Amino acid sequence: MLIKRPSEILPSEITPHGTYLRRREFVSAAGALALGVAAGIRAPAAAAQEGRKIKGFIKSKFSTTEKMNSLKEAAGYNNFYEFGTDKSDPPLYAKRLKTQPWTVVVEGEVAKPRTFGIEELMKMQMEERIYRLRCVEAWSMVIPWIGFEFNRIARLVEPTSKAKFVEFVTAQQPETMPGVRLPVLDWPYIEGLRIDEAMHPLTIMSTGMYDEVLPNQNGAPIRLVVPWKYGFKSGKSIVRIRFVEKQPRTAWEKANSQEYGFYSNVNPEVDHPRWSQRTEKRLPSFFANHKTQLFNGYGDQVAGLYAGMDLRKLY
Amino acid sequence: MRLSERAITGVKSFLFVAALLPLAYLSAGAFLFPDWLGTNPAEAITRSNGDWALRLLLLTLTVTPMRQLSGWAWLLRLRRQIGLFAFFYVLLHVSSYVSFDHVFDVGEIFRDIVKRPFITVGFAAFVMLTPLALTSTNAMVRRLGARRWQVLHRLVYLIAPLAVLHFWWMVKRDLTEPIIYALLLGVLLGYRVYARTRRPLSRAPVAARS
Repeated sequence: MLIKRPSEILPSEITPHGTYLRRREFVSAAGALALGVAAGIRAPAAAAQEGRKIKGFIKSKFSTTEKMNSLKEAAGYNNFYEFGTDKSDPPLYAKRLKTQPWTVVVEGEVAKPRTFGIEELMKMQMEERIYRLRCVEAWSMVIPWIGFEFNRIARLVEPTSKAKFVEFVTAQQPETMPGVRLPVLDWPYIEGLRIDEAMHPLTIMSTGMYDEVLPNQNGAPIRLVVPWKYGFKSGKSIVRIRFVEKQPRTAWEKANSQEYGFYSNVNPEVDHPRWSQRTEKRLPSFFANHKTQLFNGYGDQVAGLYAGMDLRKLY
Repeated sequence: MRLSERAITGVKSFLFVAALLPLAYLSAGAFLFPDWLGTNPAEAITRSNGDWALRLLLLTLTVTPMRQLSGWAWLLRLRRQIGLFAFFYVLLHVSSYVSFDHVFDVGEIFRDIVKRPFITVGFAAFVMLTPLALTSTNAMVRRLGARRWQVLHRLVYLIAPLAVLHFWWMVKRDLTEPIIYALLLGVLLGYRVYARTRRPLSRAPVAARS
């Protein structure tokens, strides 16, 4: 028999969930106010300001010479479900995303866990990487990202031998993200890579594109880019990076594991239940007449990571 | 409310122009103003044609309830035109899928129909709608006989649910829009069931309103 006992916590004492989620804002706002009053200043320099030009980046040998998409195309058609499921939603609503202050917590199976301020990460030596981006929805673009290899963060925190996978957690700001109020995916958005995939030189943390700080809808202020995997693997607006022993359960796997596997390497031979992956539309082209390549054309660099693996089973 | 022949012609002409507006918009976007259709114009066109096909199909199913509830007999004379426009947008929808998505690769299209349930049901709805469009003329009604024509055209009660299912299964996660269409369809079909069971009782008040 179920015996109901009254809770010892009064309902009036329970912090509303939204307020709880914003607890750090109150603390930092109070801190900023105190600092501001003390120093007579209003706000810190806006390093992550949308559209600010990035200078001093170097060109990379990993860049493709294919024709690039325009900034307008890349910033006008986005899958970022936190801002709505239509691709025109993020360009409309992501303006509200609060990108400062912004920190990235790096923790888990590491010798030196650390919290990075976004300004600190933006001071890293940047590279331009012109990569193909292939979405699981059978379209693709070519985008000049600006960022640095993920393995540089890893070296700073020193992963232990137990670190077999890396989990990437996207920001969850209910006050700026209308989409997270709906149970479309299990929020926050989580993506993951095997440690050797994460450490691969092609895997970058990007803070900009087209010589500018990332537009919010493209994952400002910092995002992951893994060019040989379908686009959804490249998590946007990252706030937490966790080195873990077990394979993370990613947002799309939780939503529909039949359709979205952990690896999700671009592969024309492995059909998706919704889309044939043999060809793609290289936007803004009308026709899906562009042949999809295994590992999105990065096979020379990454095929070795999957030697001996059945890519049909581990899709 | 009774309408003169001239007024009915006026309403039909208005409908004709209105039903072409979505196509006009897409054509202008495709050929003159690329900004209108955004980064993935082919997808915008396919989706828009599909949306309008579904909306017009559901609109044909509202004619009978509207006519019975309002008593405006002339509404029935708009149904063929709406139905044909629904088929017109279905044709555009299928054409954009065949050309943009598969670049006329028949083998790939066949595999798609067999393999992907949302394509299977969408294709089935298209195949069933075709004979309805072909038998829409007065001559065909006479040739088939009104009784057989009506039986054939009851296929729409299968086509409309398949069309909604096609949309439902196409959507990746956010089911808001398919749910709205499913609810509308539920009301339209539910009304028919309700009207059938109630007919002996409700005939008098309906007649009184006309």
